[in-house]
Amino acid sequence: MCGIAGLYTKTSTLQQQLGLQLSRMLAQLSDRGPDSAGVAFYRQGAPAGSCKVSLHSAAASPDWAELGAELERVFGAPAPHQPRGSHATFVIGAEPEDAQAWLSAEHPELTLMSAGRSIEIYKEAGSPLQFVRRFALHELEGSHALGHTRMATESRVTTDHSHPFSTGLDLCLVHNGSLSNHNLLRRSLIREGIHFRTDCDSEVAAGYLTWRLREGASLEEALEGCLEDLDGFYTFAVGTADGFAVLRDPIACKPAVMAETDAWVAIASEYRAIAVLPGAEEADTWEPEPGHVYSWGMAAVP
Amino acid sequence: MALTEEAVVTFDLGSGTVRDLNQLLHGGHPDSPPARFLVTNPGGKHAVAVGLNAPYEIEIEGHVGYYCAGMNQLANLRVRGNAGVGVAENMMSGKVLVEGSASQSAGATAHGGLLVIHGDASARCGISLKGADIVVHGSVGHMTAFMAQTGRIVVLGDAGDSLGDSLYEARIYVRGAVKGLGADCVEKEMRDEHLAELRELLGRASVEGAEPDDFRRYGSARQLYNFHVDNLGSYG
Repeated sequence: MCGIAGLYTKTSTLQQQLGLQLSRMLAQLSDRGPDSAGVAFYRQGAPAGSCKVSLHSAAASPDWAELGAELERVFGAPAPHQPRGSHATFVIGAEPEDAQAWLSAEHPELTLMSAGRSIEIYKEAGSPLQFVRRFALHELEGSHALGHTRMATESRVTTDHSHPFSTGLDLCLVHNGSLSNHNLLRRSLIREGIHFRTDCDSEVAAGYLTWRLREGASLEEALEGCLEDLDGFYTFAVGTADGFAVLRDPIACKPAVMAETDAWVAIASEYRAIAVLPGAEEADTWEPEPGHVYSWGMAAVP
Repeated sequence: MALTEEAVVTFDLGSGTVRDLNQLLHGGHPDSPPARFLVTNPGGKHAVAVGLNAPYEIEIEGHVGYYCAGMNQLANLRVRGNAGVGVAENMMSGKVLVEGSASQSAGATAHGGLLVIHGDASARCGISLKGADIVVHGSVGHMTAFMAQTGRIVVLGDAGDSLGDSLYEARIYVRGAVKGLGADCVEKEMRDEHLAELRELLGRASVEGAEPDDFRRYGSARQLYNFHVDNLGSYG
């Protein structure tokens, strides 16, 4: 069991409250996933010619300011950073591919959680309620966000095993369910050059999407490919720069509820996580059909 | 059957807990005098009003989570909203009415009583049904009536794929389109006794404007399970 939450805002008022509302949703889903939690926020897009990365450090008190100064020396532009829990997000004066290559070469001790123009990923092992507080999620505004609470069923409980998983620039995946052909699929994806950090089945789904998108599939095509190539149970929510998409396995083994008002679109594993949103009682509420890709605000997906 | 203002006990789930509500309702027993309850602010909470065994009338103002009215006996519940997974699961008697839609496994394993859903029911509605009746005004999802043993399921809208898969002796009536029949489920002749029982069920579920003649009946081909017609009397 795990919990998924996603919130897409349509008004500036709700954009200001994005972190607060997503935190409230995650609190409702903490029973479904008490061992780890994570979020992806889409906010404050980096200016043209620069990119944004979220980094995790296992050090007790990482020197983020020093890293910022180093990035400024190397890339020649100010590198403002925002520490948040065990993570920090930097805006780097370089294309994301160049920034990622430099970081993995020069700072292998840091884990790159996300890269892109607007995505920020924060995740950690531990109770969702503590996570929400430690990372002060209520401070975060933004256009949309995904969240996940994890109850591990097939691999270890660590920050690396937590969701969301980055699936490419400004892309991420959260998963509720379990995949049974992930070892086979991981081996074939490794041959395609996809890199994995953990033995977690959900990371294979993320890697699969990365591979399909790299090979030129649209996000919708890549998700539809899951119906053929993934064996197991899943409700997926995929975040993009402009919105999110939702897919349930063909027999709808894992739950999902969606709801929409004039102010927001939400997805959650259970309705009680939507009930806490303003105006939920009047929302148009439905259960997504199995095997069908739902998406919001995806016009500019690469 | 709206509750009158008088003698209604209101319980606010916005401030009280599900456990307190259920303990209040469990105070009743089969011989208790009828009583009325109004539950407000359910907020999608799970296990609301489960395990009742008293002739109570309960209205719930809003959406409920999983297993609402599970194991119900005698009580008459109305949900003024949607219901999550497993509404009226293992109901024994009484009536549960959902004004909105219901999630998966509505009425699963229910032995008796009547479940009425005004909206749609999603996958696995009436899975392993053991004698209750289910009337869905809208449509039902895939695997409806999976391994249903006895009881009746009436669908005024459409049915999803694999209807009645591995069916035993439950009877299914569908007015709309059936996307696909499951293993060992076949369409059967609508005889006079079926028209009569369907008319009675539609009446009990207060369905208006639906004619039994517009429905098709589905049941088990009796090829999959070890059924002997000589033992028919033993199957109940």
